[in-house]
Amino acid sequence: MHPKRKQRLIVALVIVVLSSATIGLITYALRGNINLFYSPSEVAAGEAPIDRQIRVGGMVVEGSVRRASDRLETRFDVTDFVHSVTVTYDGILPDLFAEGEGVVATGKLGANGVVTASEVLAKHDENYMPPEVAEALEKANAQGSMQ
Amino acid sequence: MWRIVHQFGSPPWVYRFCDRVIPWLLPITVVALLTGSIWGLLFAPTDYKQGDSYRIIYIHVPAAVVALAGYYVMALAGLVSLVWRVKLADTAMRAAAPIGAAYTAIALITGAIWGKPTWGAWWVWDARITSMLILFFLYVGVIALFEAYENKTVAARACAILSLVGTVNIPIIYKSVDWWYSLHQPASIKFTGSSAIDASMLYPLLGMIITFYALFALLMMLNLKQSLTEEYAQSAWLNKRLTA
Repeated sequence: MHPKRKQRLIVALVIVVLSSATIGLITYALRGNINLFYSPSEVAAGEAPIDRQIRVGGMVVEGSVRRASDRLETRFDVTDFVHSVTVTYDGILPDLFAEGEGVVATGKLGANGVVTASEVLAKHDENYMPPEVAEALEKANAQGSMQ
Repeated sequence: MWRIVHQFGSPPWVYRFCDRVIPWLLPITVVALLTGSIWGLLFAPTDYKQGDSYRIIYIHVPAAVVALAGYYVMALAGLVSLVWRVKLADTAMRAAAPIGAAYTAIALITGAIWGKPTWGAWWVWDARITSMLILFFLYVGVIALFEAYENKTVAARACAILSLVGTVNIPIIYKSVDWWYSLHQPASIKFTGSSAIDASMLYPLLGMIITFYALFALLMMLNLKQSLTEEYAQSAWLNKRLTA
């Protein structure tokens, strides 16, 4: 290779490596801020600030959803299967909100450990299948657990 | 082998190559786009949870995949232009930028349209969506930077450096859903192991991804031809070709 071109190639590669390292270090330093939400374990460990706007994400615990009879208020537990956090929300929940599904709730964490949410978003998972397949899977699961 | 590489640096050869490929690629791409859209929108089954709204995947995912791949095309052209000073590489880099920007915009807009009924929000500042927005700004930045210079040789050099620096964003976009907690779901198509998307929905999706690649190549060639026609308007080879 022509020495001049070789030198330019090295310069170009050094630019790429240095900028990657810079951005890598910045994102590493900011990793806590890049996370969209706190997991219930982090809330339990006291990492989430109290009385400030935060987001909590995880699965809605099966059987934990309680709706008020006279208002829109809903109360449910969000878990990462290690710890769980109770969330209350006074508003319309997204269509895909359900027990056993992922959610991200925005709100304030009270001193009592309950998050009063101002917004609840459904977190969709990566599974896509036709209804028949989902039904067949459910059936197979049910049979598996009976045996 | 080197002869083939050198041919790609020759404007008359590339112009003729585009002229030869476009009449084939254009009808194939149009037919594939129509087939893939009809297959995905009408014949693929509905999703067990999202119903029909999931069908936007047949536009969203292919656009996003090719937006990322197209960035490497642009950056590679930038590297060739920077190191080997091939003028045609500048033209290729500039040809890729608006196409990539359009693909990124399509991915962002379809994502927002899907996000509203699925998540409950048009826009969330999570890692995937934010890094994708940065990709859009990078593409637009390359276009704007080139226009900002009077001297086009200097402009091409600055654009090449910007596009090279921007490559660091591509793995960040790709891995963002695994590295951080995000609202966007992880990838459904997996290179190793079984995919999280049923085969009856996966095949039209793969078809659309390939079609979007073909569309990128087609637009790239049309763009290249247009730029070459402008750049070499005074050249004998081009005038001979156009009057022939």
